[in-house]
Amino acid sequence: MTRFWTRLVVVLTVLTGLNYIAWRWAASLNWDAWWIALPLVVAETYSLIDVMLFGMTVWKLKIRKGAPQPPHDATVDVFITTYNEDLDMVLTTALAAQKIRHPHSTWILDDGARPELKALAEQHGLGYVTRSADWTKNLPRHAKAGNLNNALMVTHGEFLLILDADQIPEPDILEKTLGYFNNRRVALVQTPQYFSNVPESDPLGSQAPLFYGPIQQGKDGWNAAFFCGSNAILRREALMQLGLVGYVKETEKSIRRALAASRAAIRQARKSADVESPLVSEVLDEVEAATREAQEEVDAGRPLSEVTYRVRRRVDAAVQTLVEADVAALQADLEEIAAMELAHVGESGVPVVADDAVQRMSARDWSPLGALESVQAVLDALTVERSDEAQPVMPLATISVTEDMATAMRMHGMGWESVYHHEILAYGLAPEDIATMLTQRLRWAQGTIQVLLRENPLVQKGLKLGQRLMYFATMWTYLSGFAAVIYFAAPIIYLLLGILPVSSLSWDFFIRFIPFMVVNQLLFAVAGRGIPTWRGQQYSLALFPTWIKACTTAARNVWFGRPLGFAVTPKARQSGGPSWSLIKPQIVVSVLLAVAAVVGIIRLATGLAEPLGTLVNVVWVVFDLVVMSILVRAVLYKGYEPAEEPANREES
Amino acid sequence: MEFSYEVKDSYAEVKADGRLNMVSAPKLREFVTDVIAGGSNRIVVNLEHTAFMDSSGLGALIGCLKAARQAGGDLRIAAVQPQVDMVLKLTSMDKVLTAYPSAEEAFSND
Repeated sequence: MTRFWTRLVVVLTVLTGLNYIAWRWAASLNWDAWWIALPLVVAETYSLIDVMLFGMTVWKLKIRKGAPQPPHDATVDVFITTYNEDLDMVLTTALAAQKIRHPHSTWILDDGARPELKALAEQHGLGYVTRSADWTKNLPRHAKAGNLNNALMVTHGEFLLILDADQIPEPDILEKTLGYFNNRRVALVQTPQYFSNVPESDPLGSQAPLFYGPIQQGKDGWNAAFFCGSNAILRREALMQLGLVGYVKETEKSIRRALAASRAAIRQARKSADVESPLVSEVLDEVEAATREAQEEVDAGRPLSEVTYRVRRRVDAAVQTLVEADVAALQADLEEIAAMELAHVGESGVPVVADDAVQRMSARDWSPLGALESVQAVLDALTVERSDEAQPVMPLATISVTEDMATAMRMHGMGWESVYHHEILAYGLAPEDIATMLTQRLRWAQGTIQVLLRENPLVQKGLKLGQRLMYFATMWTYLSGFAAVIYFAAPIIYLLLGILPVSSLSWDFFIRFIPFMVVNQLLFAVAGRGIPTWRGQQYSLALFPTWIKACTTAARNVWFGRPLGFAVTPKARQSGGPSWSLIKPQIVVSVLLAVAAVVGIIRLATGLAEPLGTLVNVVWVVFDLVVMSILVRAVLYKGYEPAEEPANREES
Repeated sequence: MEFSYEVKDSYAEVKADGRLNMVSAPKLREFVTDVIAGGSNRIVVNLEHTAFMDSSGLGALIGCLKAARQAGGDLRIAAVQPQVDMVLKLTSMDKVLTAYPSAEEAFSND
């Protein structure tokens, strides 16, 4: 029944929305003020697409009846990921994890490698994992994804429950979710992330009831429920498959890149090297022939390990010939010297260089070929060892700081299925101050944009159209910062300058705009079934500087390799007074809006502006200010104080 | 690779800074041959700043020894670094070329 009404409102939203936007483009633009008219209509079109993607999401809302009985012999590893969190917090979570009823092993994945935590783990019989020796200093660590990938190599459970250090699980979390894996194609079961340290008013917008509700349930309907990093169960086999496919893809890519570069490298070497030496020239001929052959073999689809092994053997043989020639020349010199004055050579006659010494001198690290750096670089890259990473197989995606979304998308791309189980089975801690909250939101947004730019879901192989659009929908919402700026600018421009981006505020406008707005709000009400969505709407607009910064930094990172300025979200409250400086852009915009409203009213009173336009724009300003007002509460928020049963919780 | 030389009282000191490998070895040979042609037949190759040597480098060194001997002098090496020392020992060239601690000491006994 809910589904019927939801779908009806979706259809109405799309119809009224298209009707409005079509009219806006076709008949309403004020071309005299194109510099604001065009941006505004583009922003409105952006918002309509956003709403349509939301409508598409909830169209297939899937309400699951619970999982079947899980197989008793399913083996599970519970991973608690930590970097620098409070030891008490980690231990509380780990002990709760230990009490999960289905048989399992509990592991603390300590990226901080803290001896105290190791001791605590041993004392309580908990598994403890830190990065292996393979993760040397010069290799990328990949943050949480690296932490999990490392742990996957030393554990062996069929399923993995992943918990952030603050997410205290219920004892029945596995009993309620493992049964979904009876379907052999299911690779992921995600449960909601809920925070126990958030007051009813949720001043920092920590709870995400719309996301961990209709949005995930809708994505579930499209077989596109996301992995959200914590409170999720994953099938190891699927992750490993992902890692292997990624390994092959990366290896082939780097081998092809090396082969493509080899010709230029050899040409360069011929120019720079001791070209007069026929021996060097012969070795280069051999390297060239070997790489050309390798290219043919790679193109023919021969196994990469064979191809690279053959190149290595052929080049090694050539190098050995070179070394032997050097040694032979040296030996001849020695004999001549001996012939000149025997006494100087020593009692045992002319020394002879042993065969194993020749072998050693031919080995990679001492090879004369090392002198030709460009050639050596090509040969070094012609390997299947993936020596630029700590471990060749990286099951969790490392292309983004939100490894969870990237990993889920790759799983879906390989045909795996996912499940969203809509029941709170773990209780976490949300940031308790605006600075931490902003860092966290920035990181999520940056990660999402990284995935969009690196592996755009619209063009990924293997994804169904619905899945593509589900991933794209989430990415699309993070572009809202740019639209917000235009939504703030338009009323300011009208109220200060009297410039209207639409040709006239007439009956034509209201008859199209108002039905769309009404049905749009109705959609959120029906799809949300009474859950509070207003906080989320406020933050999606009010955090516009964060969203814009996320887009620009992620683009710079992906396209120009600049660092993101990445920070781990601190779980403990940041100290200090109210941090107004964090919302400087929003304060400036709010002041501008307020000033514009006052000026607009004065202009109206003095007959410079018309009543209808002023009214519409003042209402718009008031709406914007109400939206923005949440930030005042956020900055003043002093952290969670439990209202009742104060003995129940410990405040750190 | 950078080569330089300085004529001292009883010998000429040749410095070979960098990696003595397939690319730079022929240049060492050429350089030392020039020094010998310039009138010095007692040569010390100071390897203090030679971090690496391969078979070509070793060959060049022996080639230079031969040239020095042919000119009636000698070639000695000094201040050998660990990798070069390993190469010399491995090939038993340490029996031919004694590695002196410093350039000053190389010809101090004669």
